[in-house]
Amino acid sequence: MSLVRATVRRDLLLAARNPGEWANPLMFFLMVAALFPMAVDPNPEFLAKIAGGVIWVAALLATLLSLDSLYRADVEDGSLEQWLASGESLYAMSLGKALVHWCISGLPLTLMSPLLGVMLHLPEEAYFALFISLAVGTPVLSLLGAVGAALTASLRSGGLLLALLILPLYVPVLIFAASAVYHAGIGMAYNGQVAMLGAMLALALALTPFAAGAALKLNLSR
Amino acid sequence: MTPQQGAQQTLLSASDLYCERDDRVLFEGLALSITDGELIQLAGPNGAGKTTLLRLLAGLNRDFEGQLLWHDVPLMTVYPEYAGNRLYMGHLSAVKKSLTALENLRWLTAQDRPSEKQLWEALEHVALAGYEHTPCLQLSAGQQRRVALARLKISRAPLWILDEPFTALDKDGVSWLEGELQAHVSNGGAVIITSHHALEGIPGLRRLELGGVV
Repeated sequence: MSLVRATVRRDLLLAARNPGEWANPLMFFLMVAALFPMAVDPNPEFLAKIAGGVIWVAALLATLLSLDSLYRADVEDGSLEQWLASGESLYAMSLGKALVHWCISGLPLTLMSPLLGVMLHLPEEAYFALFISLAVGTPVLSLLGAVGAALTASLRSGGLLLALLILPLYVPVLIFAASAVYHAGIGMAYNGQVAMLGAMLALALALTPFAAGAALKLNLSR
Repeated sequence: MTPQQGAQQTLLSASDLYCERDDRVLFEGLALSITDGELIQLAGPNGAGKTTLLRLLAGLNRDFEGQLLWHDVPLMTVYPEYAGNRLYMGHLSAVKKSLTALENLRWLTAQDRPSEKQLWEALEHVALAGYEHTPCLQLSAGQQRRVALARLKISRAPLWILDEPFTALDKDGVSWLEGELQAHVSNGGAVIITSHHALEGIPGLRRLELGGVV
């Protein structure tokens, strides 16, 4: 476990040294929300209806943007080889990597979402739903995305392939999360959708690190 | 003490190894065993399969036929134990450019749980005293290699598997590393190394020539 802990610590340190890594997706997130009202009908009633969906699509794409580099640097500089050589559980390793990824992508997105809500005239009743759906949904995005990043880690330009592999898996998260925000906005119950997101998170926590670990092994067994 | 206990122990043995890459046979029927106090240098021209063999012996590459034994037990069944007892350094040094020498070494040696003092001493050993807090970006290729090599001072693993460790080292670095290899071997450790560097005067040195005839 010592190497897992050291890797989490090192990755957080790396993120602190290279702020571009996590700031770029965040800027992207902000820009989508800033530009959207200019391109469509800026009427608050119209924006209130689509706000939840727009914020969620932006969050999803911002996550995708930051995924590409998740494992690439580790493959290129030999860190991944050292993990494999360490004999430590790849499950714990990939789980650690995905959690670090969430801390530097999903977590800031979640914390910033109320601001975007204001920009898009999100109905007051929907703020909590937006926040909770992002808090539960973005870790799922990180965990699923880590599998795709692991599969495409040794490809030089795996970005497009990564998107093709991962987007279909993101769709259920998007549907339930956006629907939770929408229903909260019109004053209906949304706990069913959030429960579904929670179930997806539990499933992703349990299973995706296995898949990511196996994919990483494939990268190196040549 | 019975003579048996005093006898050298076979750490790692391989028999009947067969490996091909891209329809080209790299080696077949290859047998190798290493006991404590031995240093095996794999030699051969570029593309002869030295790194492939090394990765295979390190347990990283599982795409081969043949048998690998660690203390007479199939290696893959005791892989975590084996991993704790052998140090593998590939030709990629796993040094992150934006982290300092100390931070890099801390990660590289995380499994050995060294104290801060040990880390500082190890860096001093590889002539990087004063560079502890310098980002590796600002270090030369040779100095980055030294950061990676500093873990040899910290590791307690009896078996070292090193892939071209002399790359980018200057004269002092080369003689330091030769001294480290010699000390490790005479302390009962074992080393498997690929290098084009002529290793001389190390007791227990054996050379294994890999084919390379294409």
